[in-house]
Amino acid sequence: MAKEEKYRKKRLDRGIKARSDTLFAVASWKEILYLMMPRFLPVAVLLLLPLFLGNYWNKVLVYACIYGLLALSWDFLASCGLFSLGQSLFFGIGAYIAGGLNYYFHLPPLVTIPVATIAGGILCSALLTPVMRLRGVYFAMVTLILPLLLMKIIETTGVFGGTQGLSSLSGFPHEMLSIYIAVAGFLACLFLFRRIINTDYGLILRAIRDDDRSVMSGGINIYWRKSQALFIAGAAGGFAGALMTHHYQFLGMSVFALDYSILPVAAVALGGQGTFAGAAIGSILLVPLSEALRALGGLRVAIYCGVLIVSIILLPEGFFHYLARKYHQFEKVVKIG
Amino acid sequence: MEQSSRLFFKVDRLRKNFGGVLAVYNVSFELRQGEFLGIIGPNGSGKTTLVNLITGFVKPTSGKILFKGKKITGKMPYTIADLGIARTFQMVRLFYNLPAYKNLIIPLCSSRVKRLRGGRYGEKDDEAIDLLDDMGFERDSRVPYKDVGSLPHGYLKRLDLARAMALRPEILILDELFSGMSMSEVASTLPLIEKFNREGLTIIMIEHRLKELFRVVDRVMVLNFGEKIAEGTPDEVMQENEVKKAYLGIDVEIPPRTAA
Repeated sequence: MAKEEKYRKKRLDRGIKARSDTLFAVASWKEILYLMMPRFLPVAVLLLLPLFLGNYWNKVLVYACIYGLLALSWDFLASCGLFSLGQSLFFGIGAYIAGGLNYYFHLPPLVTIPVATIAGGILCSALLTPVMRLRGVYFAMVTLILPLLLMKIIETTGVFGGTQGLSSLSGFPHEMLSIYIAVAGFLACLFLFRRIINTDYGLILRAIRDDDRSVMSGGINIYWRKSQALFIAGAAGGFAGALMTHHYQFLGMSVFALDYSILPVAAVALGGQGTFAGAAIGSILLVPLSEALRALGGLRVAIYCGVLIVSIILLPEGFFHYLARKYHQFEKVVKIG
Repeated sequence: MEQSSRLFFKVDRLRKNFGGVLAVYNVSFELRQGEFLGIIGPNGSGKTTLVNLITGFVKPTSGKILFKGKKITGKMPYTIADLGIARTFQMVRLFYNLPAYKNLIIPLCSSRVKRLRGGRYGEKDDEAIDLLDDMGFERDSRVPYKDVGSLPHGYLKRLDLARAMALRPEILILDELFSGMSMSEVASTLPLIEKFNREGLTIIMIEHRLKELFRVVDRVMVLNFGEKIAEGTPDEVMQENEVKKAYLGIDVEIPPRTAA
């Protein structure tokens, strides 16, 4: 009599033979490759891609990198418990600093971008420091409102060109330069954030997210730490804004638009939170998708939202965590009984 | 000399209302440096609120707290911790997805520790392991490296104690450290606390396990419904009728036990 055979899936860690918290014993090229490939491959692809893409898709790539920077900035704030719905605040402030310096003082992009990065970070942290004590949805509300407030101020007072915006700003000397600045900035930000969050400094930021009272009882001024985190996130957003301004050679109120706040959050939701790689993957997937759907006109947003909802339901952990698990573990079917 | 030691720590007519509830009512007490004070009282008598008031987590309605002659009332919890008042939590507040020793990195990163070490941080990971070793987490075992979520409750309590001690405090406040610990865990932790006290640390200990508490403290304060009803050596305090009433719910005499 044929006995019914049962199978189950077994998960095994792939990976290296000796590993502990502080020690890596890497035995062969195979293992080095195993560790390096997930980091090296995306970097190489992103660096080589501009050489092969056409003019249009290169613009999309820059766009993806800019959204990627905003998504990284969002993920960084989220890592220390500040849930923001106002990445466009960081973006817009950076854009207006760079655009204003260029328009009124004729400074070249290679000066305005660094200035907008630093000053944008300081300004964002100064603007949000008074509301840092708010938590969760209350903080999110304020960050959502602030860019709309700045937009209204610009609209009614007409500063920085008002509704007309500032046009004929200087661009980059070479098209390729602007693409590579975007890609390099994005990659640098990704690896920098990943590094920061794994140091003791990042440990404290993550701890503030989990239990701020416990951190306070450890003698750590959590508000000072949070304003530092706001500076770092604000600088990343400001850099993205300044880059965009010089890339388009135009600056308008639309930099404070809701898109720049919501799309990064969607990118993180798609890619997976907490690792930055998820934020990066999410925006690299979402932005080209949104461009590819452009031909569909009005239905574009509906389809786009549909993709988002389905992916969040099917893969709530996000793409990155899913890929990482698949990469690090075998799945083997074993017979039981 | 006498004057300075008397001024070490003082709570003066401290009061806290939560809406209409009087959680702490006109509580005053003083501590000398190196003293070991126990605080006891039935559930809801305001012990934990008192700790929260001292450590700045709750702002008092009125009254003041002086530490080494400086007023610390209403200061932020991290400022008070920075001055050297460390606490443990009744419900431990640890980071469950971190290895045990990584929990100590947080206080080791504080400016207080940097200052006391002479302006620089040490090897924080090594220091954390040393501290845990002192608390009875054997260095050679895997325990200090295990995720907090996988450790038994007694270890969590001692980890919380280590977290407070990492700050190198001048006053240590223990909020029901022994609750949920087994007899053997208590037996191994109690000598540790006695040792800290012998080395000059001032300790305030809130505890329900009176037998263990009375063995180590110099002085006991009894709270009931937010008010201080007695203070003195353990023996003195337990003679007070008010205390018997609060604890046992009877008026004066304890009836002699009859054979079953």
